[in-house]
Amino acid sequence: MRTGNASDYREVKQMNREAQRHFEILVIGGGPAGMAAAARAAEAGARVGIVDDNFGFGGQIWRSESNGARSDNGKKTESSQWVERVRASGAIALCGLRVVHQPEPGVLLAENLDSFYEFTYEKLVLATGAREIFLPFPGWTLPNVMGAGGLQAMVKCGLPVRGKRVVVAGAGPLLLAVAVYLRKHGAEIPVICEQASWGSLAKFGLALFSWPKKILQGFQLKRDLVGIPIAANSWPLAAHGQQAIESVTISRAGKNENIPCDYLACGFHLIPNIELPQLLGCAVNSGFVQVDDFQTTTVPSIFCAGEPTSVGGVELALIEGQIAGLAAAGRRIEAKSLFGKRRKARGFARLLDRTFRLRPELRSLSLSDTMVCRCEDVSYSRLRQHSSWRAAKLHTRCGMGPCQGRVCGPATQFLFDWNPDSVRPPVFPTRVETLAAITGPSQLQHSEVTGGQS
Amino acid sequence: MRSEITVTVNGKPVVVPSGTTVAVAMMLAGQACRTSVSGEPRGPLCGMGICFECRVAIDGISHCRGCQVLCELGMQVTTEK
Repeated sequence: MRTGNASDYREVKQMNREAQRHFEILVIGGGPAGMAAAARAAEAGARVGIVDDNFGFGGQIWRSESNGARSDNGKKTESSQWVERVRASGAIALCGLRVVHQPEPGVLLAENLDSFYEFTYEKLVLATGAREIFLPFPGWTLPNVMGAGGLQAMVKCGLPVRGKRVVVAGAGPLLLAVAVYLRKHGAEIPVICEQASWGSLAKFGLALFSWPKKILQGFQLKRDLVGIPIAANSWPLAAHGQQAIESVTISRAGKNENIPCDYLACGFHLIPNIELPQLLGCAVNSGFVQVDDFQTTTVPSIFCAGEPTSVGGVELALIEGQIAGLAAAGRRIEAKSLFGKRRKARGFARLLDRTFRLRPELRSLSLSDTMVCRCEDVSYSRLRQHSSWRAAKLHTRCGMGPCQGRVCGPATQFLFDWNPDSVRPPVFPTRVETLAAITGPSQLQHSEVTGGQS
Repeated sequence: MRSEITVTVNGKPVVVPSGTTVAVAMMLAGQACRTSVSGEPRGPLCGMGICFECRVAIDGISHCRGCQVLCELGMQVTTEK
């Protein structure tokens, strides 16, 4: 399966040299939403390009599962079907590239390890996905303390976990899926710690009955989870170890417990990647990109689909992606026929939000010497002295390292109620040659103005 | 059949299956990806190219995100200081 991705990667290197770089519709992000958008738009006859930072399609949720994978009953998985559909659609794959800047409207600059590329577009679909929320606690910077999705991604990229003990902790349904995945690959899961209460988990379980597909998945998951203890009202207090984690202390329904482990897979639900939409001037409301019925952002030529508009999982992402792709290709009637399905799927996003909202006790996980900003090693006590994200940045360099606040930003938002600043180009650390391609300071200035609406 | 690739991590050879990322090769070699500003060893966190904790030097190019690069034959990877 993974070798399939590797060949994708080589193929794309080839394509980058030869392909014309103008697209009627350019899609950013190769996860479910981006694949759905690219497939529907290309099937409608548009010249479509689909850019992804990873070396293959599938995004995080379908990473390395997309090449002809079959489920237990022998049918092709939903991910394989979509990958095949995108390939057959004629959309041009541009993998291994990350978009760093918009030198002028209608032009995006992207780079990989070897070079940089300028793409022009008429319509843009942003499907930039989401990332895990990480909350700082003592020892969270030790090697082998990772995101829940983070460790899963590592296993999908070759890390063997057979015989390893993995504590899974944090918030959200991803924890259950990751625990099941890791156990299938031979790991021992002593416990899953979910910060939500049994009460809200029970309500979540009952509410699943409104979504027939989800309840089926739920039953499957329940079978797969047999034998893995799940603790509600529980969270990690501290990770211990010298060169890497050796054990974790958890608060399990009010009692402290130390568990020896090889890995801690810990994430506190998801937050959308809205940096690029913000840079391009798309309005954001309560942390999500604002879109109309056709998934159009406040910038008329730019559409947005999937997690950046609401964290609602694969099903919603696929529907929104299709609507965005169809609308971008001018197929508004076909797009409209999916509105009903989307309404239903959005209900699930609201349920996720209600169930897995982070409890205030988690604010006290950080102790005074706990590093909050991992890039610049800024501790909780140094941050606490400041009144805003901006003041903290200026005085401590918090959020000014390579991740540009993608990890510590959501953490400080939760810990201190700080609001993130406007986004400035480039949205990712960039090589000097790429920066030099941005043709002059006036345009940088221009993008700062149009991008600064958060 | 999956083939195997040998890469060099901090001067020592590591054999990995093809399709393995550089970040995973570092973990298999038991080596930190980078050393933090205050000298702590760091390894991968997000696994998806967001956090930059797995950045390493590959063939002399620094600041490469190990989780976004596949191992290639003869690659020289070092912990980023």
